[in-house]
Amino acid sequence: MTRYLLNMTLAAMVVVTLSGCSSLGKKAPANAAVENGGISNGEMNDIDAARSRGLKDGAGAAGANALNDPKSPLSTRIIYFDYDSTTIRSDFGPIVQAHASYLAAHPGTALTLEGHTDERGTPEYNLALGERRAMAVRRQLVLLGANAGQVKTVSYGKERPVAEGHDEASYGKNRRVELVYP
Amino acid sequence: MIRIAIVFLVLVVGIDATAQTASRGPLEIRITQGVEGALPVAIVPFEWGGAPLPEDIAQVIANDLTRSGSFTPMPRQDLPARPTDVTQINFKDWRAVGMDNLVIGKINATGEGEYTVEFRLLDVFSGKQLAGFQIPSHASNLRLTAHHISDIIYEALLKTKGAFSTRIAYVTVDRRGPKDSTYRLQIADADGYSARTILESTQPILSPAWSRDGNRLAYVSFEEKNSAIYVQDIRTGERRKVVSGIGINSSPAFSPDGQRLAVTRSLEGNPDIYVVDLSSGQQTRLTTDAGIDTEASWSPDGQTIIFTSDRGGAPQIYRVSPAGGPQQRVTFNAGDYNARASYAPDGKSLVMVHGGGGFHIAIFTLATGEFHVISQASLDESPSFAPNGSMIIYATMGGHGMELAATSVDGRIKQRLALQHGQVREPAWGPFRE
Repeated sequence: MTRYLLNMTLAAMVVVTLSGCSSLGKKAPANAAVENGGISNGEMNDIDAARSRGLKDGAGAAGANALNDPKSPLSTRIIYFDYDSTTIRSDFGPIVQAHASYLAAHPGTALTLEGHTDERGTPEYNLALGERRAMAVRRQLVLLGANAGQVKTVSYGKERPVAEGHDEASYGKNRRVELVYP
Repeated sequence: MIRIAIVFLVLVVGIDATAQTASRGPLEIRITQGVEGALPVAIVPFEWGGAPLPEDIAQVIANDLTRSGSFTPMPRQDLPARPTDVTQINFKDWRAVGMDNLVIGKINATGEGEYTVEFRLLDVFSGKQLAGFQIPSHASNLRLTAHHISDIIYEALLKTKGAFSTRIAYVTVDRRGPKDSTYRLQIADADGYSARTILESTQPILSPAWSRDGNRLAYVSFEEKNSAIYVQDIRTGERRKVVSGIGINSSPAFSPDGQRLAVTRSLEGNPDIYVVDLSSGQQTRLTTDAGIDTEASWSPDGQTIIFTSDRGGAPQIYRVSPAGGPQQRVTFNAGDYNARASYAPDGKSLVMVHGGGGFHIAIFTLATGEFHVISQASLDESPSFAPNGSMIIYATMGGHGMELAATSVDGRIKQRLALQHGQVREPAWGPFRE
């Protein structure tokens, strides 16, 4: 939880500085132990960039607060899917709308959609299904005002489950698209 | 780096597992279903006068032949005699204990760590020698020499090439949390021994595929936070990123001549099959429909590519020429999920994941369109044929995650290959070793 909050804070800071530089690439070290530590090298670089460039976008700062507000629909970063489905359920409609509006208001902000599936089916077919889910969310975000260039997708298929059980309770948690702000 | 403790266990069949202490592989092999009607054979410990060797060659051969499901080697403690030379054999003794065939051998030192392994395979009834070879070997190579001898025995008695000296590639996963895992691409001998890691990453590794000469592996790695296809020379470790970019880059399969890779790309947001020329880098797109097209595999003659597509609603197997053109559906209605197909070495059947109330491994005969389900668990995947067509290896859910299973094509023998810690997935059986 602490790590989550920390990341959220970092995300907020990064959003401030990324306005107008959405293509700022993160370098992923090939032997990345980065997943272990909570703060990736990429994020550290972004923070350094923030220091050196200063905070120049007031609107961005306000938006960052919205992203960081636990009461805002923007705090929901996972969209769940039904079995074998790529349809965005109606209960997630307001969430997608909120992120689309946020992206529209912050054209310099980039978002990565990570598509995931449950463990049933072949690894490669699930890679395709995960992408389909991520693309469905992307399409909806763009329909609702986000710029296509802001939203990137990556599919992990069934390679990164959050729940390890072999039952519907676990499967439901694993069929998801994660919205990852830098 | 976690070193995995190793055990080699044979639970069902009566061979001397206690002699096997110098285990090297990370995979524990359990034979979960033995056989009736396998051929009785006696393998006498090979003569050796020096200090203990790193491998018990006769035991490695006995284990190989047992795993094939086609032989029941006589337990060592039951051997009526231990001849090491033809002149010492009294064939009557062996007929009396119901042996059809007898293997004897000698190991001679020829230098520092250098040996000659000599063996003879004899027909107990006629007293004739069916095979006999002298094989130069090295201390580090004795297991491989034993596997070569097993290959020769298997071929002499069954008229089919043995696959004991082949290797398997697979991916191990050590998962500490949803985003904290270590993935390793490993290669081991077909008996699970002599495993080595050829790639380690915190990001997923998928879909290892062998070149037919056994020198290269293609695979998918997420090390750059998206899927990309690499080709690695397993002799030198040198590797090359061959397909990357926006979308999915996955499911590589070498053409039989090793010049091209069939791959899946989703450049335009929808996965399609492409063929990549490895020397020029030129890519040819084979499919354009709106469905998912993935999991390409070449026919042994290189004339056909089969793949999974859900263009008809559910995943089924389709075929296309590597040059492109019309695509035909191969599997129909039998099960609502047919995916990840690959050809048997003779090109006459496919092995695939067959779903509908669980995911099983099934063999599909191309001439008749008939399915033969050969696995019973509910989450079986990633099947591949041994290069002689006798066995199929696949991944299945075990007590602590995925492990490997191997079964003879006729389903008579079943084995499990498991890690003591972590999961093992995506096995790919390598080609014959030259």
